Amino acid sequence: MIRALLPIAFFTILAGFLYVGLYKDPSLVPSPLIGKPIPSFELSVLKDADSSVTEKDFKGQIALINVWATWCVACKQEHAALVHLAEQKNIPIYGLNYKDDRDLAKQWLIDYGDPYVLSAYDPSGRVAIDFGVYGAPETFLIDAEGVIRHKLVGIMTADVWQQQFVPKIEHIQQDL
Amino acid sequence: MIPELGQFALIVALCLAIAQAVLPLWGAQTNNINMMSVGRSAASGQFLFLLVAFLCLTYSFIANDFSVLYVTNNSNTLLPIYYRISAVWGAHEGSLLLWVLCLAGWGFAVAVRSRSLPEDVLARVLSIMGMISIGFILFTLLTSNPFERMFPAASEGRDLNPLLQDPGLVIHPPMLYMGYVGFSVAFAFATAALISGKLDSAWVKWSRPWANIAWVFLTIGIALGSWWAYQELGWGGWWFWDPVENASFMPWLVGTALIHSLAVTEKRATFKSWTVLLSILAFSLCLLGTFLVRSGVLVSVHSFASDPARGIYILTFLAVVVGGSLSLYAWRSVQFTSGGRFDVVSKETMLLLNNVLLVVSMLTILIGTLYPLFLDALGLPKLSVGPPYFSAVFVPLMLPLVFLMGLGPLAKWRRVTLKALFNQLKAYFLIALALGVILPLAIYGDTTIMTAIGIAAALWAIFTAAYAIMRLVAKRDQSTSLFKSLCKIPRAMYGMSVAHIGLGVFVLGVVFTSSFSDQKEIAVKIGDSVQLAGYSFLLDRVASIKGPNYQAVRAYVDVSEDDQLLTELTPEKRIYNVQRNPMTEASIDAGLFRDLYVALGEPVSDQEWGVRIYYRPFIQWIWIGTILMALGGILGATDKRYRLNVK
Repeated sequence: MIRALLPIAFFTILAGFLYVGLYKDPSLVPSPLIGKPIPSFELSVLKDADSSVTEKDFKGQIALINVWATWCVACKQEHAALVHLAEQKNIPIYGLNYKDDRDLAKQWLIDYGDPYVLSAYDPSGRVAIDFGVYGAPETFLIDAEGVIRHKLVGIMTADVWQQQFVPKIEHIQQDL
Repeated sequence: MIPELGQFALIVALCLAIAQAVLPLWGAQTNNINMMSVGRSAASGQFLFLLVAFLCLTYSFIANDFSVLYVTNNSNTLLPIYYRISAVWGAHEGSLLLWVLCLAGWGFAVAVRSRSLPEDVLARVLSIMGMISIGFILFTLLTSNPFERMFPAASEGRDLNPLLQDPGLVIHPPMLYMGYVGFSVAFAFATAALISGKLDSAWVKWSRPWANIAWVFLTIGIALGSWWAYQELGWGGWWFWDPVENASFMPWLVGTALIHSLAVTEKRATFKSWTVLLSILAFSLCLLGTFLVRSGVLVSVHSFASDPARGIYILTFLAVVVGGSLSLYAWRSVQFTSGGRFDVVSKETMLLLNNVLLVVSMLTILIGTLYPLFLDALGLPKLSVGPPYFSAVFVPLMLPLVFLMGLGPLAKWRRVTLKALFNQLKAYFLIALALGVILPLAIYGDTTIMTAIGIAAALWAIFTAAYAIMRLVAKRDQSTSLFKSLCKIPRAMYGMSVAHIGLGVFVLGVVFTSSFSDQKEIAVKIGDSVQLAGYSFLLDRVASIKGPNYQAVRAYVDVSEDDQLLTELTPEKRIYNVQRNPMTEASIDAGLFRDLYVALGEPVSDQEWGVRIYYRPFIQWIWIGTILMALGGILGATDKRYRLNVK
């Protein structure tokens, strides 16, 4: 009888591990850029082609850098969460508009709202490569010195914000 | 309109699956023949409606209907038509739809082909399959609806993942899924037997060909996946011990154990509860594989979209199906009486050892695959287990298995005198051993102990499998002709031999490739040549070309041997227009005894390119071997003894 129960006992333990595993994030492997300052660059501002933006403009306080594009469906999904963050959480969000068309991108911000302090316009994706971007959307958390503290690959949601970003931000603030 | 039709068909299929799950089982328990007979028509109807749903989705892809979210995410107007069709199963939602379609296809096949089954057995089997269908169709509808519309419609799609734009990937997933869900039939037979409490050998006889065919599909599916990885990932490797690969390899190992244990149970009526357990285990591992791939608990080179809600659903489903069937097993299996007795040295023992080795191999892979997850769950630092672990634990388990493979088919049931067996086979053993030492030295002038043992083991498997047939021919009386006596040998016997020879060929490929491969990863100036394994590779020129939905740079590499131009290889580096990630398209000159493989890397300067060149001896034997194994499985499943059952 005991022998007949062994398979189900084994499976129960395995299922327990699988369940716990579901709430762990396997993609949270340390990115080589974490702990390093953001790469230097110079791009034009999305809404104003004549003025330029560099990495220095992103520094000064704890902030998010969000990589987005109008062709990116997942960006559309996370956009509302970003607008909400910008309004409620008092954290500046900088955009890195990635391989996009300037007019389409401007129209998108009019249509869906603009959570960004400003967006840098990176039509060739050259700067995004320096940031180690796999694809849009990605969100970086940087501290006041412009050092990357956390990176999210995928969609920003209220849960992700609460679980991944809030503890990191508290941690950074304690360090000061 | 068409997507809505598809969604509607999916819902109808769900209703039919519910009918198929509930009514026949109820009928079987209350002995109501009318209710039992519902199973057959419900299974056919379910298949029909899922086919309609699948065709609707295919139509949306062909017609570039970008108001469908799934189409927008995985297709593009510039995508060639054949990839637009294969894009249907290019991502999660469509894969699932294909999965349920395959499942319903198997249910339909059982309903049609099993007319000789007793009505109550068929009713229970179809009912179990209906329950599995319910789980997966609900999963599709609730968490992963492929027909979801988006508003406003996109003007252009995001294109199919370029990695998946490869001929191998067009047929790899359907084959793999056919194999995965195919084990649901053996599972349904086993569970039905557990429910009824009647575990006679008739059950095994019905279940056996189905298990065989599922195993064939899984074998082909895995082989295609490996072939794709070899062609498309550009690293010259054919197996990476990646979680997704392991997820398909584990059910294969248990499936292999299952088809052997079914043979024992059919012939000797022993191992009954073990066979039932293996049937459950094989399908459970298929479900586990689905969970691992679809929930994103593990990272993999194949990385698919992950979503905790989907993970929870599959895990719950897994718990119900596996937990339920294992509880049923715990309750019922105690009553099973074991069949005929056998000696310590007998065919039964050898097959038991075969089973133990295969299941232990599966467990080592399971542990290796889930190791990062275990550590993470226990709060320990994350660490993943790579190929060195798998090679270290897997090879020592496979060697005794291949050795047994030579003895098993020639051993007698119940009792074997080892002496007689050794006398028959010692010549083959010695020849295999001698060739194992000589062959690599003769061809490559170099060898190691492991290489010699590996080649000897492979040859031993091939020789003994051929001898198993020859022995039967030699036994014929003088009056029958050779041809006639060959025809008289049962097809299943040929199946066994061909499959075993296939494994031998496969092992030869693996041993030669891993022992004698050579490679160079260097920067080459245009006009310069590189020497590798006696071949000379000249980088002639690099040009820009334009494909239907990508831009590429293509290198022209002249390959020559002894100053004789052999072929021109044209590796490419592609940038697909929409997703913009660079893809390496390797160029391969495939041959029976060696592959020459060139992949283009990054430009170092205007005139200089990073190039990866591989020399891979005998690598095609890996896939030739798997084809032979699959062929063996088909021969076994179509043996006369099973065909008689079909009316």
